[in-house]
Amino acid sequence: MPSIKELSREPELFSSGHRACTGCGEVLAVRQVLLAATKPVACAMPTGCLEIVSTIYPHTAWQVPMFHSAFENAAATISGMEAAYRALKRKGKITEEINFIAFGGDGGTYDIGFQALSGAVERRHRFLYVCLDNEAYMNTGIQRSSATPLGAHTTTSPAGKVKPGKLEWRKDIVEIMIAHDIPYAAQATVWNWNDLANKVRKALSVNGPSFINVLVPCPLGWGYHSSQTITLSRLAVETCFWPLYECENHKYRLNYTPKEKLPITEWLKLQDRFRHLFREENKHLLNAFQEEVDRRWELLNRKIKCSQ
Amino acid sequence: MSKLKSWKELPCGAIINDLKAVLENKTGTWRSFRPIWNKEKCINCLTCWIYCPDAAIILVDGKHQGINYDYCKGCGICAEVCPKKVQAITMVKEEK
Repeated sequence: MPSIKELSREPELFSSGHRACTGCGEVLAVRQVLLAATKPVACAMPTGCLEIVSTIYPHTAWQVPMFHSAFENAAATISGMEAAYRALKRKGKITEEINFIAFGGDGGTYDIGFQALSGAVERRHRFLYVCLDNEAYMNTGIQRSSATPLGAHTTTSPAGKVKPGKLEWRKDIVEIMIAHDIPYAAQATVWNWNDLANKVRKALSVNGPSFINVLVPCPLGWGYHSSQTITLSRLAVETCFWPLYECENHKYRLNYTPKEKLPITEWLKLQDRFRHLFREENKHLLNAFQEEVDRRWELLNRKIKCSQ
Repeated sequence: MSKLKSWKELPCGAIINDLKAVLENKTGTWRSFRPIWNKEKCINCLTCWIYCPDAAIILVDGKHQGINYDYCKGCGICAEVCPKKVQAITMVKEEK
């Protein structure tokens, strides 16, 4: 378990001067992942907030090699990089161990980049894919993605007189990745940096593809004050909306158990995108949200029990 | 920023070799609230450092040595995560 002192001795690989919004959870996750990662690392990313804020030509915030190609193919890019590395290693042109990390947003992972990710993982390339999940397409102005939770207001699922925000529940990407039989998949937050650092190190140590889904609060898209980024990512865990768990070689493990499971409204009420759910006529949605969180939490606990 | 190259001089794809150029971009000018760090109160737990999205907490030999106002955007996370019993960081409105 890396201590904060240990991490503070690591080089800062995601530089100041990037143009992310104030209080951005996404760049914070990248910073924490790179601090924890076993070096050297080479990275790839799809199009998204992260690309826009970190690599406006001729500037780059990345102090590690970073390859950006397109929206749908971060996983294909990183698998190509890893394959080239293995070929060069076989020929004796590279001797050092290099770790590969792809950073994708939820749009570039759940939706647009999914087939590339599924393929790269199926081919068993050795890389870590970090999904920075801010639950919508924030880069283009907050459109719904398949990671957007039920009832959330986005510009393509606006809350109004006819519809109360998004009508569908979010897709469980970690389960989908586990279904690919990968050696390591986990869910983490920026709040629990220690847990995230552990997961990054574990993921980079396995021989094969690994996946970490990090919840990254977005002040602009979620509608909250920039100082609340850490509070919101903590509440997502305490309400069991975002359980911190991992699945290592088919074995599920819970990494953090909330002392007291808070009602989901504690998390929802701090965000403007859910404001309309607190109106009288939308009460059933609040109940549906809580039921779905409970159902998934129960299911996860059963999986943990069954896989021991 | 130096003069941009013509397309004939550019390498294949956009390759950025100057890793420090990004520091020209002083994002501290965005700030509307300024975090003030109190050295006497600080217990050096580094919580603010690990949670700063802009890596604007200055560390020297693992010790908190102030805030880099060139890049701090004034989000207020540091003041929020500073332990309640310590409260070594306060946010004040930026004056013109």
